[in-house]
Amino acid sequence: MAENLNCSYCNKPATVHLTQIVNNKIIKVDLCESCAQAKGVTDSEGYALTDLLSKTNLSPDKGKSQITCPDCGLSTADFRRTGRLGCASCYHNFESLLKPFLEDMHAGTAHKGKIPDVALSRQTSIAKLNSLENALHRAITEEAYEDAARFRDEIQAYKEHVESQAAQQ
Amino acid sequence: MIESLLNADNAELTQSTKKGAPVVLSTRLRLARNLVDVPFPERASNTQRSNVMTRCADQIGELTQMKNGAFFDVAELSDLERQVLVERHLISRELCESQSGSGVFINKDQTCSIMINEEDHLRIQFLKTGFSLRYLWKQIDRFDSSLENGLDLAFSSEFGYLTACPTNLGTGLRASVMLHLPGLVISEQMDKVIRAVNQLGITVRGLFGEGSDATGHVFQISNQQTLGESEGEIMARLGSVLKTIIDHEINARFKYIEKNRARLLDQIGRAFGALQNAHVINSNEAMNLLSLMRLAVDLEMLPEVNRPDVDRLFIECQPGHIQYAAGEGIEPDARDLCRADILREEFFRLPALDFDKVNKLV
Repeated sequence: MAENLNCSYCNKPATVHLTQIVNNKIIKVDLCESCAQAKGVTDSEGYALTDLLSKTNLSPDKGKSQITCPDCGLSTADFRRTGRLGCASCYHNFESLLKPFLEDMHAGTAHKGKIPDVALSRQTSIAKLNSLENALHRAITEEAYEDAARFRDEIQAYKEHVESQAAQQ
Repeated sequence: MIESLLNADNAELTQSTKKGAPVVLSTRLRLARNLVDVPFPERASNTQRSNVMTRCADQIGELTQMKNGAFFDVAELSDLERQVLVERHLISRELCESQSGSGVFINKDQTCSIMINEEDHLRIQFLKTGFSLRYLWKQIDRFDSSLENGLDLAFSSEFGYLTACPTNLGTGLRASVMLHLPGLVISEQMDKVIRAVNQLGITVRGLFGEGSDATGHVFQISNQQTLGESEGEIMARLGSVLKTIIDHEINARFKYIEKNRARLLDQIGRAFGALQNAHVINSNEAMNLLSLMRLAVDLEMLPEVNRPDVDRLFIECQPGHIQYAAGEGIEPDARDLCRADILREEFFRLPALDFDKVNKLV
């Protein structure tokens, strides 16, 4: 390399030079060793420069409100810096920020692929049982015994329903 | 720790007895999956990471598909062992550099590897020699569904499978096919091909991903988008792009032979001579010589039964494998000597090149 290029991120001397053609345009990015590592450019799973560029676009803070995910503590700044999310709830919490990028990144913004039916129905039934059991406890504390009896029967019926479904599979 | 893997007698990429195919080396599918109730690996605490590893490893170990498989805790592997696994495409560089609580499950014939606590909690990979998207999808889909019986995965009805990086969101599927494209490289059409397929949401990378150049004329072609299309649609699109590339490659080869027959035969002949006689070969040179040998097999100048040997040497000539075979840490210079020794021995066993086959083609 004839000229000395500096890292596009931190201005240290760049040792990694990427060139990729995206949408008919040649895009070049120069990175120093540590930024290249941090951005996963050396990752053997492969790396598209568009990923990096979309992260670059995330960087300038446009003064939007800062969000922090209550579940994992990821902040808007963290997301802008790394381009990665911290946990499943982040997708809900950062949805408005994320949507425009998903439109650029993917063929669409709605999932059309496989659905994990077994795990989902298990999660739904656990959630349903939990809420029924909570209702039962509440009814007992409030001495609403008629309600409590009804919830108890519902729990019993639901458990039998789930078991018979499991037996069928 | 990994001797049993390296000495396995039925490893898909290195011990295959199948004839393989012209142009296509191998197909890989990977699915990114996360558990619903734990932060993604990068934001998980060490305790959470090690819990995830135990939960996943227990669950995976019980699956029939992983019978006789082996589990490796990355922290317990030496740098060299990690490098060997990377060179076999069984783990990623990212996994090697990860913090504690990362591991990999590899099945007996090395067609399936599941990385735990890489960028996502689970990265499931199935691979096979040749062009095999549909068969691999059946395998990986079944595996994924049986995993789901015991693990609650992070999934939203809107966004699909939730992943640490939004570039993998939705299906979490990356389908990639390794292609050997000397015809397109020699005829200087590769840039044009890369430009064209990029517009279709398909990515082209070198043998070991971005940053690695396409030594040995080997390229990884994969889907870039994971959301908004079903797995079937993603693979159909990739498949049709691949078929076009393969057609172009075959055409480019024939055109080159038509115009430059003597030059091509000379290059192949000299490469064969070098492999049989050279005493110092670096890994880059080895890749390029082997590329010409794979082309020689495709042109029937060498018997088809030797194609898997060439494909195996593509992997076994990588620096980590050479060092591992030498049994101790050796300097790059000494590695080049060992590599040449191995190649001389291998190519000494092959029959002479049959130049007439190409003469008959034109």
